[in-house]
Amino acid sequence: MSEKMVLMQGNEAVAEGAIAAGVRFYAGYPITPSSEIAETMARRMPQVGGTFIQMEDEIASIMAIVGASMAGKKVLTATSGPGFSLMQEGLGYACMVEAPIVILDSMRYGPSTGMATKVSQMDLMQARWGTHGDHWVIVLSPSSVEESYQLTIRAVNLAEKYRNPVIVLSDETISHLREPIDISIPPTIVDRKLPTEKAGYAPYKTDESLVPAIATVGTGFRTTFTGLVHGESGFQTANGHVAEALVERLRDKLFNNLDDIIQFETDRVEDADVLFMSFGITARGVSEAVESLLSHGRKAGSLRFITLFPFDDDRVRKAAGSARTVVVPELNSGQLVLLIKRVFGDSRKVVPLNKINGDLISPQEILNFVQEENL
Amino acid sequence: MRLDFLRSERLPNIWCPGCGNGIVLHALLEAIDQLQLDPDKVVLVSGIGCSSRAPAYTAFDNVHTLHGRAIPVATGIKLANPDLTVIVVTGDGDSSAIGGNHLIHAARRDVDITVVVFNNYNYGMTGGQASPLTPDSSITTTTPNGNLDRPFDLVNLAAGAGATYVARSGIYFTKHLVDHLRKAIAHDGFSLVDAVAQCPTYFGRFNKKGSAGQMVTSQKDWMVLKSVAGKKTPDELAGKIIIGEFVNIERHAPESAAAPKEQA
Repeated sequence: MSEKMVLMQGNEAVAEGAIAAGVRFYAGYPITPSSEIAETMARRMPQVGGTFIQMEDEIASIMAIVGASMAGKKVLTATSGPGFSLMQEGLGYACMVEAPIVILDSMRYGPSTGMATKVSQMDLMQARWGTHGDHWVIVLSPSSVEESYQLTIRAVNLAEKYRNPVIVLSDETISHLREPIDISIPPTIVDRKLPTEKAGYAPYKTDESLVPAIATVGTGFRTTFTGLVHGESGFQTANGHVAEALVERLRDKLFNNLDDIIQFETDRVEDADVLFMSFGITARGVSEAVESLLSHGRKAGSLRFITLFPFDDDRVRKAAGSARTVVVPELNSGQLVLLIKRVFGDSRKVVPLNKINGDLISPQEILNFVQEENL
Repeated sequence: MRLDFLRSERLPNIWCPGCGNGIVLHALLEAIDQLQLDPDKVVLVSGIGCSSRAPAYTAFDNVHTLHGRAIPVATGIKLANPDLTVIVVTGDGDSSAIGGNHLIHAARRDVDITVVVFNNYNYGMTGGQASPLTPDSSITTTTPNGNLDRPFDLVNLAAGAGATYVARSGIYFTKHLVDHLRKAIAHDGFSLVDAVAQCPTYFGRFNKKGSAGQMVTSQKDWMVLKSVAGKKTPDELAGKIIIGEFVNIERHAPESAAAPKEQA
């Protein structure tokens, strides 16, 4: 182990990644399995000149970080499924006002209170569609402690760059895993675009990037925010054309930049005849299973989603090689597989592999599945 | 009042003829003017409802949030930039029902924001439903046979939760209202002003309170100044509400709940 390596827990890595990315405001509410993030931030924020506040619930937590973001801070909150449910209205608000915020959801077993200390990947669709109305979010999925650190930095940067909520979709196992990670490399820092001219200032007027340069409150721009449909001025309107243009822009500011946002990790995809598509902790079992299959002469490969959303069918199709069979292991009753089936239609055999007992899918289980299903 | 505190291009406002919200907003802008605050450092944060449309008519930074959520957003803004004067504009339902939890916790924390409750005793925006401040027996669209619930006393609620400045006033007593708004904003710590206004369209009409003008002038009959209330008998105070300053605790005075405690 190099001298630069430090042993860190997944949740600590999220907190340290956020700090490295410039987060200086954290609001949260205790919930298993994400509480160590709040505890780390409670200790660390004062050390770096930041602010930690424990709010009365998750509704208040997300709204507090939205407020701090409007006041110019880079912000984070962390939660798990039950709290993530409460944050959904605030998530929609942040999409609408285009406030850069980062939410860490450490997935535990649901629905409802479920099993607080057991892992799942059951919040995938909630992360994408949890709040009402057409909206677009960026969802990143770490599969290690190192990646929890790196993807939290990336999440903060993407939130700032696109003025959009970014969700880091972790899980109970990664949250509590301890692994050596390298935090010695100074991160790239991205800051949000800000207006320069007060004359003619319109908070939601955009250039070709479609990302507005909204002023920070308290900087003399006399800016305005509302969750109501608004035009370039930021003020409410019920004009259907303005509404349509707004919602389209909220989509296009991300979808015009999919090369920047979307990341996969592929392994031996090119000549695979059985391809595993997975994300998060499940991808670690897949990785070992693929090695085992290769050693037994099978042509196996893996595609791991680092960016889960935006989800681009064409990019997935191109990245997937030509494997005739696609296996989708996930710790839910079949959420990612719905998207994979949409991508491939009837052109490939798409096989779900689901586990919903609160345990991980082991490499051996994947091998057994391949054998039993004659894949 | 300084006209440059308003965004004239956003007027006229959406409020009904005879609504009391404009008078509360006027009083608030007057208080800000009297305090000689830097307009660039004033942020108005609101929730959802008739009252919460007020900030967007002002020329300050303004944040129209979600129903009940103005206080946590204001908390985030204030903690992120303590140099700002952060004022929450909210209604009776917005602050005491859906936002009630945020209200008591902000009071408990003594976060240095001011909450101005435009209290018209019902939900105006959605058609005159009962709020937690609707008096018992009152008629609203959701209490067609009279309100069975008892209302909160917002002053006592805020005081009990630890607010270090609490006042109540009514729009008939404009100078009284401005004075207490000014003191609330100047107060170092969590402050709340229960600003009683009228909703002639719903609450007034359903409860036969007369015209908007009659609703305003009637305030002098059913509001009693705190300074004289102590000299009145319970019978004399029946059906009346007391206006004035109820809590004013210097933040770091020994009696303040917010003062750091000596370690035993």
